[in-house]
Amino acid sequence: MSTATAAAAAPESAAPPRRPGLLRTAWRYHRTKIGVVLTAAVLLVAVIGPFVSPYSPTAMAGTPNATGIDGALFGTDNVGRDVFSRFLHGGYTLVAIAVLSALAGVAAGAVVGIVAGYLRNWADELLMRTNDMLLAFPQLVLALLLLSILGPRVWLIVVIIAVSHANRVARVVREATLKVVEQDFIKSAEAIGVPRWRIMATEILPNITSPLLVELGLRITYSVGTIATLSFLGMGLQPPTADWGLMINEGRVAITVQPWAVVLPVAAVAVLTIGANLITDGLSRASIGIDRGVEK
Amino acid sequence: MSGNPQQEAELALSVQGLTVIGRPSDVEIISDITLTVRRGEICGLVGESGSGKTTLGLSLLAHCKRATEVAAGSVEVAGTDLAGLSEAGVRRLRGRAIAYIPQSPASALNPALRLRTQLTEALHSWNEEEQGGKADRVREVLREVALPDDDAFLARYPHQLSGGQQQRVAIAMAFADRPDVIVMDEPTTGLDVTTQAHVLETIRHRTRQHGTAGVYISHDMAVVADLADDIAVMYRGEVVERGKAAEVLADPEHEYTRRLLRAVPLLKTTGHAEPEDDGGEPLLQISGLQAGYGSTTVLHGIDVQVRRGECVALLGESGSGKTTLSRSVAGLHTQFSGGLLLDGEQLATSSYRRTAEQRRRVQYIFQNPYEALNPRKRVRDLVLAPYTHLMGRPEDPDAVVHEALERAALPASYAARFPDQLSGGERQRINIARAIATRPDLLICDEITSALDVSVQAEIVKLLRALQDDGMALLFVTHNIALVSNIAQKVAVLNKGEIVEYGPVGEVMSAPEHDYTRSLIADTPDFELSFGESPMHQGTQAPEKAAGQ
Repeated sequence: MSTATAAAAAPESAAPPRRPGLLRTAWRYHRTKIGVVLTAAVLLVAVIGPFVSPYSPTAMAGTPNATGIDGALFGTDNVGRDVFSRFLHGGYTLVAIAVLSALAGVAAGAVVGIVAGYLRNWADELLMRTNDMLLAFPQLVLALLLLSILGPRVWLIVVIIAVSHANRVARVVREATLKVVEQDFIKSAEAIGVPRWRIMATEILPNITSPLLVELGLRITYSVGTIATLSFLGMGLQPPTADWGLMINEGRVAITVQPWAVVLPVAAVAVLTIGANLITDGLSRASIGIDRGVEK
Repeated sequence: MSGNPQQEAELALSVQGLTVIGRPSDVEIISDITLTVRRGEICGLVGESGSGKTTLGLSLLAHCKRATEVAAGSVEVAGTDLAGLSEAGVRRLRGRAIAYIPQSPASALNPALRLRTQLTEALHSWNEEEQGGKADRVREVLREVALPDDDAFLARYPHQLSGGQQQRVAIAMAFADRPDVIVMDEPTTGLDVTTQAHVLETIRHRTRQHGTAGVYISHDMAVVADLADDIAVMYRGEVVERGKAAEVLADPEHEYTRRLLRAVPLLKTTGHAEPEDDGGEPLLQISGLQAGYGSTTVLHGIDVQVRRGECVALLGESGSGKTTLSRSVAGLHTQFSGGLLLDGEQLATSSYRRTAEQRRRVQYIFQNPYEALNPRKRVRDLVLAPYTHLMGRPEDPDAVVHEALERAALPASYAARFPDQLSGGERQRINIARAIATRPDLLICDEITSALDVSVQAEIVKLLRALQDDGMALLFVTHNIALVSNIAQKVAVLNKGEIVEYGPVGEVMSAPEHDYTRSLIADTPDFELSFGESPMHQGTQAPEKAAGQ
């Protein structure tokens, strides 16, 4: 999401003044700014954390489940590793998997949705009915099933989450595409014989970026939730890896004596979710033009 | 006009110094409007889009659009000042004292409610004991607008009615509670002439009979001239001219009023000089063309010829099949059979199976300028797209863009703009520039002025005529018979998928043979200019003199 704000700050080269784009309009809302700050804070912890952590995430730092030890800010976990170091190391995989799977899912969903919405023939039926079948399967059950057959692997988690996102994104994108293909500029391109794939890439895609951005934000949030859940259920990353979901699972037994091992990762996931949602909310408000007012 | 107490009492609507501003920029959308309407009369509010007509119309109902508010002035409806009313008071007033007929009846009627429910809802403050049963009033009001009043009709949903019927239901709803003032916001813009004539007649009759004061908002001088007693001309949020309809039309004082009047196309011209018949093959030859959707045939046995440098008009109401025909020619509608020859060569049904050269020679301009340009692309890329696709990358792209823009009468600096920075008329010019960038031989214009104001329409027609003088052939699709006589040499009148009349414009307009053509001409509002010559009219009359008709 931080890349989105960077793009918003890029200067526009249009000579005459133009109504600010989606990202700029969204940036005007306080909620978007707060969202960006929250998300950036968590991302910063996840990215820079491993380089500044005082201990290795798997090294012993003291007696298990102890708080108030010298040199270990938030104490130690159930086997005596430094909680703070594990927290700093544990975000990287979670965020990377979340962003990767959301990007892959939204990209795949966009392709399926645009093709189905534009061609409107047997391809539409085939894609969307297959989609419906996949949608009927509960996301988490499917993930647990595949992971228990093939074993918990990072690439598999990414693929499973991406596929379950793609179905849902495809539905939204198809609806957005239907609105665009009804417009005459598509017919204008058809009349001069522009190839279908180029119409989809250059005429339709730029006109559905608003719902796509909103979807991307939402899907990142959902990914975080799903990955944390999988890790908690023991189907995600495997010990002794430092991971926020795993930390919650490992720390929950001793939550009364050592709350930090649970509170830190929970707070990070919550802040990331809230931040991403605030950004998404700002984007969707900007895209439907709420509070635009009268400008001249 | 003023000072007469008798007339003061008859005033149904009085607006004094009304100013509406927009937030957050504090722009005055309408400023210092003063307007009065007496009972039983209609005031025509004319102006181009963006002049503040609708904002004024809505403020008469004590309604402001999002982010706008009344900054000064007062509105009095039948003696009640709207400013001092509470939310509940305003609600009681609406429908009973003042009613509104919106532009699009299809979106104004709730598609999920039967007509009976909708019409009864309009009688929310109806007192059954004093005024009789609501059900009786519903039937009565339907009879008043010349619609059936039986149970079967009342049980229908809005989508089961035609556009004209829907608009008459909207009128019936507005008149149901016998309001003192009725505001009509371009109620006939989306309708064809025959339906428009019916609707205008209904409005005229209703206001006269009930002594209702009407405010009729429109951009079309011809319609307002036909209907209104008073005319107020709006320009950039101000009323620039106000007076009796006859006086304003005969002797307009403001320059803008004059411009509006000049823009109205003359209905009857004696036609254009026929281009020299070179005896050669026509550029486009359509013979025995049949077209349809699925198993329904909408076009039967169409024969039309277009020669080089000639403009052939396809005239017909909505549903007559004229867009299907033009799309077939462009290769956008593929379900057709029959002869479609370009320079003697049969064209494939789909544009994808035609050669690039064939696609280059036939270009299509779409009806709605707001939808025909990709909003995410700059004008430069839009204009270049067909050129690069069909003729390869040009050596000097800027020269191509500049030339196309220049021929479409646009400054070269527009190349850097996005479509949403342009007005409707400018966008349509971009469409034209895009179509002529490849130097086509045939230009298909599908109702290209119907979404534009009359004054903009006049400019587009002038532009098309200049292109035609350069040797381009035009297939001009329209439902506006007045436009036909101002641009085309030949006209084909389409009715229910068949050509009922085909010939030179002068002959068809002066001596229509088919009943359908005759009724089209009779239903079109027409008025003669009593001052000066307009540029639009001069253009048609010069060749007519040359032809010695």
